[in-house]
Amino acid sequence: MFTLKNVQLANGEVCDVVIEDEYIKAVGQSMNEGELIDCSGLIALQGFVDLHTHLREPGFEQSETILTGSRAAAKGGFTAVHAMANTMPVADNAAVVEQVYALGKSAGYVQVQPIGAVTLGLNGVQLADLGKMNASKANVTVFSDDGKCVNDSLVMRRALEYVKAFDGVVAQHAQDPALTIGAQMNEGELSLKLGLTGWPAVAETAIIARDVLLAEQVQSKLHVCHVSTKGSVEIIRWAKSKGIKVTAEVTPHHLLLTEKLTSDYNPIFKVNPPLRTDEDVQALREAVADGTIDIVATDHAPHPADSKDCEWGEAAFGMIGLETAAAIVKTTLVDTGLISWSRFEEVLSTNPARIGKLRDQGQQIAEGNFANLTLMDARKVFSVSSNSESKSANNPFLGHELSGEIIHTIYKGVFTVKNSAIQRLGAK
Amino acid sequence: MKHLLSINDLDVQSALSVMNLALEMQQVNAREVKKLPALNGRTVANLFFEDSTRTRFSFELAAKRLSADVVNFSAKGSSVSKGESLKDTVQTIEAMGVEALIVRHHHSGAAKTIANSDWSKSIVINAGDGTHEHPTQALLDALTIRQRLKGKADSGDLAGLRVLIVGDILHSRVARSNCLLLRLLGASVGLCGPATLIPNDALKLADSVYFNLDEALADNFDVVMMLRMQRERMNSAFIPSETEYATLWGLTESRFNSLSNDTLIMHPGPMNRGLEISSTAADSAQSAILEQVTNGVAVRMAVLYKLLAKESSLS
Repeated sequence: MFTLKNVQLANGEVCDVVIEDEYIKAVGQSMNEGELIDCSGLIALQGFVDLHTHLREPGFEQSETILTGSRAAAKGGFTAVHAMANTMPVADNAAVVEQVYALGKSAGYVQVQPIGAVTLGLNGVQLADLGKMNASKANVTVFSDDGKCVNDSLVMRRALEYVKAFDGVVAQHAQDPALTIGAQMNEGELSLKLGLTGWPAVAETAIIARDVLLAEQVQSKLHVCHVSTKGSVEIIRWAKSKGIKVTAEVTPHHLLLTEKLTSDYNPIFKVNPPLRTDEDVQALREAVADGTIDIVATDHAPHPADSKDCEWGEAAFGMIGLETAAAIVKTTLVDTGLISWSRFEEVLSTNPARIGKLRDQGQQIAEGNFANLTLMDARKVFSVSSNSESKSANNPFLGHELSGEIIHTIYKGVFTVKNSAIQRLGAK
Repeated sequence: MKHLLSINDLDVQSALSVMNLALEMQQVNAREVKKLPALNGRTVANLFFEDSTRTRFSFELAAKRLSADVVNFSAKGSSVSKGESLKDTVQTIEAMGVEALIVRHHHSGAAKTIANSDWSKSIVINAGDGTHEHPTQALLDALTIRQRLKGKADSGDLAGLRVLIVGDILHSRVARSNCLLLRLLGASVGLCGPATLIPNDALKLADSVYFNLDEALADNFDVVMMLRMQRERMNSAFIPSETEYATLWGLTESRFNSLSNDTLIMHPGPMNRGLEISSTAADSAQSAILEQVTNGVAVRMAVLYKLLAKESSLS
């Protein structure tokens, strides 16, 4: 048992939080039970939940493992992550998702919830074992071919229909493959000047437009991964106004970085979907503020050094982001006055937990709830360094000045991060 | 300046300085003994990751005429996944004592990546990177235009001249470098081709855009530069057919005959005769196509001299 003294909650209230075993025992004034931990000046937030993490295991352990990815997540204030399905073998059956689930449990730093593939081997043709993955110990409810788009309209329709049986959701990587053959960066003046094949915005918006109409037709739930363009925001806003069951995410990098960083052909900035324009970044920020975009999700995508130490055209797409996500949201949205701390908690905890149906996560900091908490020093301004718990170093934010440092992360009553240092958990 | 990666590395003075030095190199190339000792004992490597005969020959001759030692490396389709990485290739070549890399690569930005990397110390010359740039081609084109339209020994800029570039602008590194250099030197540039092959933002690159060749030609440009049409573009829905392209976008005999007698005809080669250009146009007295090739050697000598010779620099 321990007591977090003088924490500030998202609503501004300053209080003490008593934690016993996995639960919050009490929240109030002048509590002094067990070890007393001074948290004066820290803001206590619901543990963060990432709906979009590439943990790379099984198959790509040279980039990340479930253990190293879990540690990076804890370092970033997360108490749960959703592990994307594009592993090797692909998480398209009960055996793989149960393995990922079990490895996450034994790592113990965060709740690792597997996402199942929509189609077999991400082939876009034949549905994966959606029902069996749902019925497995991993209890999968989010399905995604992320990295690839479910491009065939009929397959997408069938997937949306099929998951209704267990109230699942299809998380779409919206990218028309024919419109993005060989695409390298946002299509526009800069791609013309750099001679890099353009990635037109319409390749994303057209798929989102089709998918929200399909979701409406079959009355199912759609989630749109990593929205990157202003046009996509407008389509989703329209769909929500029509009552279509669509949710959407934006990544921290699409809230902060723009295509201008591509100018030197440094592949650290190569990502799918690509970095876009200032105008897109502004639209995405406003969409988080007005509720059009429901969550921030990292799309943490570790890659080995060699796959970024090469010419742009050969480099892998993706960037890591678990450890910097909260500070980026704080810097780009809270510090700019666009969102409150309550909205911050919604987009990083409550909403992703709801979309991912993680009942133990996204709970309020209140008596009787699971003790999943993150304590942030909101005043701390820091320059992003290469220190990382991730196995990979493809960090595009190096040298960026951000505010909001994660001081403690508590997952089910256990400190996974204490005084900004990752903790050793038992004999794991 | 250490490298030549893009026309953006040059200002008016340094561009003219290269072109004027190329005039002097032309004198060398006209002699019976076509050799200067300037780069004696220096080693340059032609690093060609994409097929090219003329550009490699041109650089090789240029280096040899300056008495440099030249080695040639070609590794078509080299990549991280299939064989040796660019990093390993460059480090291997440099370990043999090469000082300058002349790089032709299928990926845009490859030369810049080498120049910026911590794995290369060499002087890097971009000999064409993907669909990005081909700076020495633009320099030789500018020199050719100046000599033909302003006199053999002119050392000034191209102010007031109007150049039309016709064809696949989207995929053309020649077009990009030429737009940058010709406009830097005071010329205005028009682009013409099917809209599938003209980028949406083309007016950020040039002064005018035409989707109709006859309308463009009616505007009386001083120079008409035809680009090579890659036959594989037919397969990706850029254009309907070769015959339609030749009919609508080719410099046919009748289009050529409608031009004024002093319109200069250019082509970076290799030509598809009968597709983008008719033999009548290519072989006419108005054609500067072979002079472009000749000037290529002189321009590359000038660039190598500026970047490699002691106590010299492009700027």
